[in-house]
Formats: sequence, C-alpha cells, structure tokens
Amino acid sequence: MTNHWIDIKNADSILIIGSNAAEHHPVSFKWVLRAKDAGATVMHVDPKFSRTSARSDFHVPIRSGTDIAFMGGMINYVLQNEKYFKDYVVDYTNAPYIVSEGFEFKDGLFSGYDPKSRTYDQSTWTFDLDSKGIPKKDTSLKHPRCVFNLLKNHFSRYSLDNVSSVTGVSKDNLNKVYSDFASTGTAGRAGTIMYALGWTQHTVGVQNIRSAGILQLLLGNIGVAGGGINALRGEPNVQGSTDHTLLYHIIPGYMAMPRADWQTYADYNKANTPVSKDPHSANWWQHKPKYFTSLLKGWYGDNATADNGYCYGLLPKIEKGADHSYMFLFDRMYQDKITGGFIIGLNPMNSVPNSNKIRKALDNLDWLVTQELHHSETTDNWQRPGVDPKKIKTEVFLLPSAHRVEKEGTVTNSGRWLGWHDKAIEPDAEARSFGAAFVPVVNKVRELYKKEGGTLPEAVTLLNWPKEYDTEYWTRLINGQFTKDTVVKCKKYKKGQQVPSFTALGDDGSTMSLNWLYAGSYTEEGGNKAKRRDPKQTEMQANIGLYPNWAWCWPVNRRILYNRASVNADGKPFNPKKAVIKWNGKKWEGDVPDGGWKPLSSENGKHPFIMSKHGHGQIFGPGRKDGPIPEHYEPVETPIDSHPFSKQLSSPVYKFVDSDMDKLAKPADPKFPIVLTTYSLTEHWCGGGETRNVPNLLEAEPQLYVEMSPELAEEKGIKNGDGVIVESIRGKVEAIAMVTVRMRPLKVEGKIVHLVGMPFCFGWTTPGTGDSTNRLTPSVGDPNTTIPEFKASCVNIRKADKLTEIAM
Amino acid sequence: MSKAFLIDTTRCTACRGCQLACKEWYELPANNTKQVGTHQNPPDLNANNYKLVRFSEHLDGDTITWNFFPDQCRHCVEPPCQGAADTVEEGAVIKDDATGAVIFTDKIRQFSDEDLQYIKESCPYDIPRWDAKTKRPGKCVMCIDRVQAGMLPACVQACPTGTMNFGDRDEILALAKKRLAQVKKDHPKAILADPEDVNVIYLLAEAPERYHAFCVAEAPAPKTRKQLFASLRSSLTHTPKS
Repeated sequence: MTNHWIDIKNADSILIIGSNAAEHHPVSFKWVLRAKDAGATVMHVDPKFSRTSARSDFHVPIRSGTDIAFMGGMINYVLQNEKYFKDYVVDYTNAPYIVSEGFEFKDGLFSGYDPKSRTYDQSTWTFDLDSKGIPKKDTSLKHPRCVFNLLKNHFSRYSLDNVSSVTGVSKDNLNKVYSDFASTGTAGRAGTIMYALGWTQHTVGVQNIRSAGILQLLLGNIGVAGGGINALRGEPNVQGSTDHTLLYHIIPGYMAMPRADWQTYADYNKANTPVSKDPHSANWWQHKPKYFTSLLKGWYGDNATADNGYCYGLLPKIEKGADHSYMFLFDRMYQDKITGGFIIGLNPMNSVPNSNKIRKALDNLDWLVTQELHHSETTDNWQRPGVDPKKIKTEVFLLPSAHRVEKEGTVTNSGRWLGWHDKAIEPDAEARSFGAAFVPVVNKVRELYKKEGGTLPEAVTLLNWPKEYDTEYWTRLINGQFTKDTVVKCKKYKKGQQVPSFTALGDDGSTMSLNWLYAGSYTEEGGNKAKRRDPKQTEMQANIGLYPNWAWCWPVNRRILYNRASVNADGKPFNPKKAVIKWNGKKWEGDVPDGGWKPLSSENGKHPFIMSKHGHGQIFGPGRKDGPIPEHYEPVETPIDSHPFSKQLSSPVYKFVDSDMDKLAKPADPKFPIVLTTYSLTEHWCGGGETRNVPNLLEAEPQLYVEMSPELAEEKGIKNGDGVIVESIRGKVEAIAMVTVRMRPLKVEGKIVHLVGMPFCFGWTTPGTGDSTNRLTPSVGDPNTTIPEFKASCVNIRKADKLTEIAM
Repeated sequence: MSKAFLIDTTRCTACRGCQLACKEWYELPANNTKQVGTHQNPPDLNANNYKLVRFSEHLDGDTITWNFFPDQCRHCVEPPCQGAADTVEEGAVIKDDATGAVIFTDKIRQFSDEDLQYIKESCPYDIPRWDAKTKRPGKCVMCIDRVQAGMLPACVQACPTGTMNFGDRDEILALAKKRLAQVKKDHPKAILADPEDVNVIYLLAEAPERYHAFCVAEAPAPKTRKQLFASLRSSLTHTPKS
C-alpha cells in the first residue's frame, strides 16, 4: 500500500478491482464503510458478485482478464474529458518528458520486439536529455512526442465501444465508474484503488497495476489522504516476506539479486546505482551501495571487509534472464533436474497451477523436508490417490511446526506497519517455529562444510550466524547496528549499538543492516518500535486517522508514501481539509515527509517521487519487460480469437513452461468455451492446509463448489447442488454446482461468454471435500514476476454421473 | 435497564465472524455439513449454532442484491417462549432482570418432545432448537456470562464492520433510530424489525421477506403473552406438568 488501512476512510471514491476485499480482508470494510458513511462512492468491478459487491454502491461484472481494457478506457475518459489534475500532472509526473524518436507502438507491439526470444530490446524506451543530462520537458504538453500525447494517442483506441465489447461491461456501467472516479482529479477530492491477487495473477499482472499507477498520477491521487494504490496483502505476512525477499529475483530491501554478469562488488554497485543530474531530484537509490554494503556486513559480519568486496564473491549469482520462480522450479523438478529440497509454509501440490504435473514432479525428488501443522497434500504427496506409495522414491521428513500463537515476532501489514505479536502458549511437544528449526539446521550444515569441505564452503562457513534462534536478535539485526564507534548528528554510538535510521548506514563497512527499509524500527532511543501501542497524535494527524506512535512503519515511520505530492511547490496542501503534510515556514508538520528538504520552490527542494531517478511519477515507465505503457492483451487461454483493436492477441512476452503435460487450449477453443477464475474464500486460508483442519471452518465451507449463472446451468442441464465435472485441457475437477444469479453471462465481441468461479482451498487429505482446483489452471505467467495466470483460463463443465472426490 | 443489540445488516459483509465466535466461546461442536449450492452453512440454526448468518440473493432486472441476516434469539421484551414454557413448568425459560437475556434452563431437558415443539412454535422468529439426543437447548443466551463480567457478547466483539452493536436498551434504540434515518436516504423502505418488542433489533434495508421468512413477527405481539399462552395452552388436551 502507498497508504494504509485507516486511510481508506478519507477517500471520496473507492474503486475495488481485482480484489474481493470484504471476504479476504474483512477488516478493510471497517474503513470502506466509514468512507461510505461520509459520502464516498464504493464501486466493485469483478467477474463475480461477492460479499464485497453486496456492500458496495454498485457492482460491475467484468470478464476476467480484461482489466487493462477497463482501466485504459478510464484513462482515455480522463484525458478526453480533461478530468486530470493539470498542475500535478505537469509538475509531479513525467507527462511533459519528451520520449526518444525511435520509440514506437504499432499493432500491439512496442519498438524493439524480437519474436525469436520473445523479449524487447528496450533501448528506444528512453527520454530526450538536455546538455546536462536532464530529461527535456514540454510543460505546455504540446510536443507530439511528450509522454502525455503518447499516452493520449495510445489510449485513444480504448473507446467506450471497444472497451465495452471486449470486457463485457455495459457502456452505462463504464460511464458510471469512469465519471465517479474521474471526479477525484481535483485538489479537494481523493480516490483510492484497492487491488489484490485478482490483479496480479494474470500474464499482464504488472501492467494491470501500472494502469492504476498511471490513472492515479493523472488524477493527482498519489501521496494524498484517501488516495493511493493499495495492494491488500495477505495474512501470511505477504508484505513482510516481500520486504525480506521470499522471492528469488531480489535481495532484502528491494535490491537486485546478484547476477553472473556482475562478478564484483564494484560491478554490482555500478549496474544498480542510478545517477541523476537534476539537482532537484533526490534520486534516493543513489544510496543503494550503503544499503547493499550494510546487508553484506549483516550476512558476513567481521568477515566482510573492503578488501574482499564485503564477501560479495561468496554470493550465488543468477544468469541474466534466468527464472528461478516456482513455475520454472517445478518444471525443472519434472525434468528430474532437482534432487531434494525444503518446502515450508506452502502447499504447492494444491496451490501451484497444473497440479497434476506438479504432483508428478515432486515424485522425482530423492528427499523432501517439510514443516507443517498438519499433514497436507504436499507432505503426503507420496500417498496421494491413484499412486502406489511403494513406487515413490522420495524420502519425506515432516517436522512439526509451531502455530502462529505459539511464537513471537513481527508481521508487516499491508500499510507497511511492523507489529509485534507475543507468544500466547508454548509450542506443543517438539514443534518449533521456522526460525528455531532453521537456525540449527544451518549450523549443522556449517559444521559439515567445516569438516568435509565442498564447493565454496566459505559461503556458509563465514556467515555471521548465531548458535541459537532468538527472535529479538534478528529484529535488532534487521534494523542494523554500528560495527565501530561512530558519531551521527553529534551523537556518539558505540560498536554494536543500533543505528537510528537508514541515513546512518554507510558503504564503508561501518554499519550492518539486514534490511535498510527497516532501519529505525529498533533503536537505542526508541527500543523495539513494533511493540508501540500509543494512540497519541496531533490534531492534524487525528484529522486523517494517522497514528505515528502505534507500531512502526517503513520507511522511517512515513505512513503515506510520496506525501510531498500532496502539497504544492511552497509546501501548502492541495487539500487543506485532509492535509497529510504542510510546511509551516520552518518545518514540516503532519506525517513524516518524503525527505526532510524544504518545499520544492526552495533552493534545495526536491521533486516528490524520490524513488524514481528523475523524481517524477512515471506515467511512461521504462524498466518493465512488457512495455512502458499498459496494453490490453487477452489471457493466454481466451474465449475470443482476435484482439478487437490490435493484431496482438495475447502478451507477446508472457512466460510459460513447456512439457508433455503443459497443454494450452487454443484461442476460442470450442471444447473449452467457459472462462474460469479461481479464488480464496473468507473461511479458508490459501490452499486450506490449516483451515480444513479447523472443524468450525469446515462446517461453514465444507466442500469444493463452482459458482455459475442460472443461464449456464440451464444450458448444461445442471441444477443447484448437483455434482459436476469441470474440465480444462490439463485436467478434471469434481465440484458441487452453486447456481447463482451472482454470476452473470457477459456479451463479449457480440457473443455470450459464461464465467465460472472456484475456490482452490480443498484437497484430498481432508476426505470428501474435493481436490485441487489447480489441476485446471495453466503454467503461464507474467513476464516481470512469473506470477501464474490463476485468474483466467478456459474450461468446460458437465453434470457428473457420480462423484469420487466429494462426499454427497 | 435491559441490554439490547442493534444488528445493522446494511454493514454486514457475512464474514461469519459472529457465527464462529459464538461457537468458539461456547465450545459448540461442528456439524458435519455438505455443500448443497449455497454459502449458508449450516443450513439452519441448530443446537450447535446459536447464531447463523443467512444468505438471500435476488436478481431484479440487472440489479443483484445479496442480503445477509445474522440470525439469533431476539431476547423479546415479553418472551412468548417463556409464556409457553410456563404452562409446562415455571423456571424452564427465565428472563434475567438485569440484562433482559432470555435463557432456557436445564429444567427444559425434562420436557416432552411435544412440549418442546410447542415452545418452538410459540416463537415468532423460529429460534429455539434442542439437541436431538440430550435435549440440551441451543439458543443465544446473550453471552450472559461475558456480559456479567463486563465484556461484550462474543459476536459483537468479533464483528469488524459495526454490524453488531450492544449496550443499554435506550442507547441502542437511539443508535438504531439514528442509523435508520441515515440508511433511509439510500433505502427508503428501510425498517427496524419489531424494535418495541425485542432486545435484538435488526436494521433492514428493504422488505423483511427479502432476508428471511422470520425476520419480523407476523402479527403485532399482544401485551400479555404469558396470559395469552396460558389460555391457549389450557384449551389443549395435554395436561401441563405444573
């Protein structure tokens, strides 16, 4: 989230798209309803009428996988009707930048496309620079190659007719949403966008979110109270695990994973540290070497020295362009290229697409270590229905896991708040938290490497690693410490003391920090700030529901990101009624501003978007694999066979894996005419591995169902409550038909398209409840993140003669 | 002053936190349910579910409405169930003076199936349920144990949206009237369900039958239910035990 949960109450217009907030983030609706009480419009755009829709002002049914068409139509509406916030667009975004002459968009492709490698050469996706190296601007927005006009031209194809035809949304509904949300393009009004996995889990997932970024920049909704782009993160600490890098492509604090073509510490810093020539650009990532060096010091302690490049040479490095996401990982496993591994806190046999293949892939392991509360489809894959356990070679270790209430530690919520939770009870029997299990495992591995050697043993033996697991120890190291006596702002710190903020981190080995974003969370002065529960606030903070002394928030306790964009060049709030920060002539008041510099009009003032190189919000956003501006592409499996306004049907760069089990239905395949979307539900958690073992939750949602319209049911001769078979080109799944008016048939490109929806939380280890819905979904993913397209694929459905997976 | 609930269904997201919190607090066992084509599960109130969120969906033209009704005992001001039970044995259904909570005591386990059925039918809201084997009564008791200890009822504590409200009756009535006035701006047909007769007051955005068959009592409740039931009861052939 750029903003935070409470801040939703400040919105005048709430667009919930790609999220079923009321069901998956029930507490969010506390704040959505507060906004509604104060007169905000709440709109839900989603294939299914859900409990979120029930509490919204209105619901807009949309065909799954057409969000960019929908959002592009709104961008077009805002531009054509001049609903944008002009001063904001000119001063704070890159709309006036002049794009290089070689840049082009034609027939659905951006310039630089190589069909052989299915990648873009991005060298033309750049800006014209002046003699000082600063991007040239036309603040009159008249230059034909300025970002603003390219954007206008690009989205001019997204007419109401085109958008309505491809999304299945009526023109009335489009106008209703567009006019309400566009009304926030003024200083006095704010609109927020709430999204979740319904937007990310597409082959165009990143560009879905980019479309929101562009729209919110045009409307001046970033940095303000009640605005922003708000990713609703999950209960499994999605925000914290992303910050600390659960994924392979980054290292803690959103820095790039070392690559084979960056062999040295100097190479890494050179390739990853942006340089801006604009004195008004903060270009915050210029400080990256300080954060990176402190991270290396955190990892290797005293062993990391300037002479050895802070042990950078010991880090594993991936090949440029290599993909180590789980889609490719399981494909390599299927190809028998992986011998063993750990799967913890995840039930991939249920939650990864094309489960039939994934389950087979796991059989190829010699050994597997799992740590769970309950047996799951993953821990027990070796004895799944239809296989002979004697023929499965995998030796499986199941370690008992402590439950959340049996361990202490921090969780980072969607609003980036770091909160501490205490342990309620001791873990039962031999159960341990992940940390308490993992720290000794690594120590054992270190002992073995010390004794027996191996390839590059120093990578492990030189680690700065404790003997035992202690939660507070890690919390302190994540903040960071001085590695020698240091003076910061006239204050003396001794070696081993906590750093006060990331501004104290150095690239000279004087500090260590396991995550620069969290520097300031556990300090000498404030202690463990995740434990703070003080509702104290100033009147200005109270006015927008900001609690600076409650928990702690990254970065540096700033609750609303890019808040310098909420004030004009003199530091005066655009909307004084809901001011986030203001310059009182001597200092900033309200939230922690994005950097302490004086307002932009002063000599040392900075542009508000401090994390981008040039300091402006990136309407034109180079750096993504699939283009600097979003374009509607169909899901890989789609019920239509031609793009209504370009020649490129699906993303030209989407990722996929290829094997005998990775079949894809062809566009508009008559065998699979129905669009399937998959989702979680309130009563079960993710793949259901935990919650299916809670009887009261199973009572409320006992078995796998498929939601479908009465029209489709009639067409297929299916009655409510019937057992049915849902089938894709990859597999079959049994479900109970839930025939509901909440699913509407949509008119798409002149024909009726039906949608069905299924949860994915049921599995065979809970007998009679059903089995993995993901046996249906394809292994295709976003080119930037490789997140799979769980939300849109094609299936067929028929009444079942009998059910074997579901107890009737 | 008795206590009362306001259940503002215009804020309900059917998260079922209330339904589950109630089960958790009273450690009620889970029913073995099936998916039969609705999210409403278990399908009805039962001895193990004192509280049930009922789901009701409608399509009017292109407009979908999905109503949620967190059903529970209304803790009537003059409880007909008490009137009915008193014809069998006084003290089987009692009303706590301090809170207004209507509670079925263990005495009710001695009642015949017919007597129990009679009590069930006396309730205009179709609430009372019993465990088939043990005759353990299954009905909301207003979390009287929690309330006496100064805590909120479990369902109110669990509610994230302000649907479930609890307090002194006059305060709750005032809140209900205030909310009704606000809701009426968008939903002119909004009503409070039987606010004078019950201590669990529902705010409904539209016609009660669009939520559940027993949202409101069918006929205006007579003032002296106890007398009415006694007179009805005496005309039956079955002889009361006391």
